[in-house]
Amino acid sequence: MEKVFGRPKGLTEVPFSFCPGCTHGIIMRLIGEVLEELDIIEDTIGVSPVGCAGFSQDFFTCDFVGGPHGRAQAIGTGIKRALPDKIVFTYQGDGDIAGIGTQHAIHTAARGERITSIMVNNAIYGMTGGQMAPTTLAGMKTSTSPHGRDLVINGHPIDLPKTIATLDGAVYVASVSADSPKNIIQAKKAIKKAFQVQQAGLGFSFVSVLSTCPTNWGLSPQDSLQWLRDNMMPVYKLGELKVTEEVKNL
Amino acid sequence: MAKVKILPEYCKSCRLCIEACPKGVLKIGDKANAKGYYTVIAADEEKCNGCTLCAIVCPDVAIEVYK
Ligand SMILES: Cc1ncc(C[n+]2csc(CCOP(=O)(O)OP(=O)(O)O)c2C)c(N)n1
Ligand code: SF4
Repeated sequence: MEKVFGRPKGLTEVPFSFCPGCTHGIIMRLIGEVLEELDIIEDTIGVSPVGCAGFSQDFFTCDFVGGPHGRAQAIGTGIKRALPDKIVFTYQGDGDIAGIGTQHAIHTAARGERITSIMVNNAIYGMTGGQMAPTTLAGMKTSTSPHGRDLVINGHPIDLPKTIATLDGAVYVASVSADSPKNIIQAKKAIKKAFQVQQAGLGFSFVSVLSTCPTNWGLSPQDSLQWLRDNMMPVYKLGELKVTEEVKNL
Repeated sequence: MAKVKILPEYCKSCRLCIEACPKGVLKIGDKANAKGYYTVIAADEEKCNGCTLCAIVCPDVAIEVYK
């Protein structure tokens, strides 16, 4: 018998530090598979965020740099400009990239930096205890919005991929989800395309992945997936939000 | 012929694979790993058709599939 599924070469043997059922691990595996399939492990430098993904350097077989909260894209920009032949990606939570580092998210895209950013959107700040993030949904209860997010007091959620898609330097923007086999396969296609866009030097590529946080949502892993489908998907619409002509021709 | 192999040292007993398997092959076993999780076992091994759905949804890459 032949092995048809196992740990990709892009991942180390180190077990993930995530809580049981947290889909952060699925997204990391997809990146590990893409690094292997595109044969770019040796050429890639990842930048990790602050948050539950802050230990990324232990999990990937490519090189890694750790960034301060929200600053992964600034570091990625510097690395890519100094070493343009390297493949550079950032892996960031929604609190990291859409809250604390929003200015980098906007300007990295506007400048068309030839890097790839993966955002993991679980609608809260996970590592620190499930506080309300810019991505928290209207009415959603979190540890800092115990009566639900009030749009009048707390403002509206930010749909970052939709915003990034309006900026000319971003050439590929996709919104995907890690909730089901079908969507996980779609997510992998988007992540692979985002890396291929960078290999071709076309501009900034961005993939946002809807992800669960069973621990802070207070739900079982399975119920978390359903909660994501019922509540996040109607707000954060899935699909390829931007594919320029050059990207289509890849 | 297909075979599913659970790597107990990676399994966190989240059950997502159990829900994903269309053939009902997997269940929680009665042995705990070093972290204290009662890990998944292939209880109905011979029913596995190698579809890999369990492995695709596993957040801890704890499943290998052979065909
Ligand atoms: C400048 C700064 N502010 C705040 C923190 C505290 N902090 C650590 S992790 C974290 C939450 C990260 O949440 P998110 O980016 O959504 O990722 P997740 O943990 O949900 O994957 C925060 C606020 C910090 N380390 N540095
Ligand atoms: S706190 Fe939430 S996001 Fe962080 S590892 Fe646990 S389930 Fe995942």
